[in-house]
Amino acid sequence: MKHWPLAILLFWLIVAVAAPWLGFQPDAIDLDRILAAPSFQSWLGNDDLGRDIFARLIAGAEVSLTVAMLVTAATMTFGTALGLIAGYYGGWVDRVLMHVTDVFLAFPGILLAIAFAAVLGPGLNNLILALCLTSWVGYARLTRAQALSLRGRQHVLAAQVLGATTPRILFRHMLPLLMAPLLVEATFSIASLIVAEASLSFLGLGIQPPHASWGSMLRDGVRYLLVAPHYVLAVGVSLMSLVLAVNVLGDTLRDTLDVKR
Amino acid sequence: MLKRLLAVLPVVLGVLLLTFLLVHLVPGDPVEVMLGESATSADRSALRSELGLDQPLPAQFLTYLSNLAQGDFGRSIHSQVPISELLAERIPATARLALLSLAIALAIGLPLGIVAALNHLRWPDRLATLSALTLSAMPHFWLGPLLMLVFALWLGWLPVSGMENGGSIILPALTLASGLAAILTRMTRASMLEVLHEDFVRTARAKGLPERTVILRHALKAALLPVVTVVGLQLGSLLAGAVITETVFGWEGVGRLLVESIEKRDYPVTQACVLVIALTYVLVNLLTDLAYARLDPRVRFSQ
Repeated sequence: MKHWPLAILLFWLIVAVAAPWLGFQPDAIDLDRILAAPSFQSWLGNDDLGRDIFARLIAGAEVSLTVAMLVTAATMTFGTALGLIAGYYGGWVDRVLMHVTDVFLAFPGILLAIAFAAVLGPGLNNLILALCLTSWVGYARLTRAQALSLRGRQHVLAAQVLGATTPRILFRHMLPLLMAPLLVEATFSIASLIVAEASLSFLGLGIQPPHASWGSMLRDGVRYLLVAPHYVLAVGVSLMSLVLAVNVLGDTLRDTLDVKR
Repeated sequence: MLKRLLAVLPVVLGVLLLTFLLVHLVPGDPVEVMLGESATSADRSALRSELGLDQPLPAQFLTYLSNLAQGDFGRSIHSQVPISELLAERIPATARLALLSLAIALAIGLPLGIVAALNHLRWPDRLATLSALTLSAMPHFWLGPLLMLVFALWLGWLPVSGMENGGSIILPALTLASGLAAILTRMTRASMLEVLHEDFVRTARAKGLPERTVILRHALKAALLPVVTVVGLQLGSLLAGAVITETVFGWEGVGRLLVESIEKRDYPVTQACVLVIALTYVLVNLLTDLAYARLDPRVRFSQ
């Protein structure tokens, strides 16, 4: 019972990874089963084109988790490198970075991602690009603040005196001490990226039909709320379970690694 | 105070620059994307010169700034209406929604947080923490339809969507308030728990003050300070959240205008909406900082 967040996350990860071998057909249209209620034949019912909702949920999980992890990996690498350099060197490099991040942070929530996705046009690649353009800021700020306090530490000074190269100091002597807060940040960012991907797809800016995405499924589901409430409920509960699980894991990780915010 | 005001200027300038550059991020020719394939080349060059896209970039930016300074946001490509008129039509609706959401979030979050802190680790605390956690895992495009399903379709108490009816603001406001209510509950709880162990609370109790006075006058007053900052920061998220919530409920505010403009590829309108939301956010943050300085004697007297 204690490990339910991990169980939920593993469930979605496994079905997402195993999707190609599970034999589901998320895009198979069955006009006899339009908006059919849940049954033994299709556990969670069918959507407005008679497609199996459970199969589409799994396809959507694949998209959602892939986007979240890809964007997290890319932005964490970029943002951390930038923050390390700015925090270590200080001076104008730091000032420029701080001004740029200040500007990015002046756009609340996913507003900037919406704006980027809007001008770049819909589609999976542009969705990933829009999320990458906006999610590096948190890592850069976090790393910069930590690097600023780390650069005066004795072991860093010792490494400098011993003639270690700058990359060595940054990546061998400073980065390992940053891993705990970065890991916590990354966990929470996966949760918010899952929501962001769904938000953009809900607005029609993400994955395009016929491909399944939790956001676009919710958008379709809302239209048939009265006749087929099972559609929205199935997608909403799935999304909520995954986001909740990742957030609780983040909380646990933060307490275990003793990271202060 | 003056220093804080001056620090905002580069941010505002950066926001203006970034929103200005948005149109230039359109892959290919923005004019072609906006007008579609049926447009004649005369139409295209007319729009290009109207938007100033035939000028060099720095000149374009200066024109953009000087137009904005005169309250001129340009015209909608779709309807030819000046964008300032569109905004003037939509801003009151979003302001109403955001302010009601803020009130709801405060009305839910503060009492829940206080009750949770006073019953630390007992069932009211666990219930409040669990609700806050669940609410924060419910994006607006899932909570909105859920509330719609229960209160509008099944129970029939409130209108499904639109804004003709007086009650139609309730569901979107509740939806929009959810995230902030969850954050406020957690913040108030944490802040109260910290304050309750302070010396001045023990002193107040030792003086024999009634528990009500100790909690409401002494502890709460100190505990609310950090909460003020969160409210300020989160008011901006309310504006961003309004984009989704207004879309779910067909609420004709700035957020809906933004989404409509994206669907019609009406980029000048998109640009204006993004700019208005971001600048409001910057302004609210500035006001929060100033309010915080007034409220916290430590900050007030150190200046």
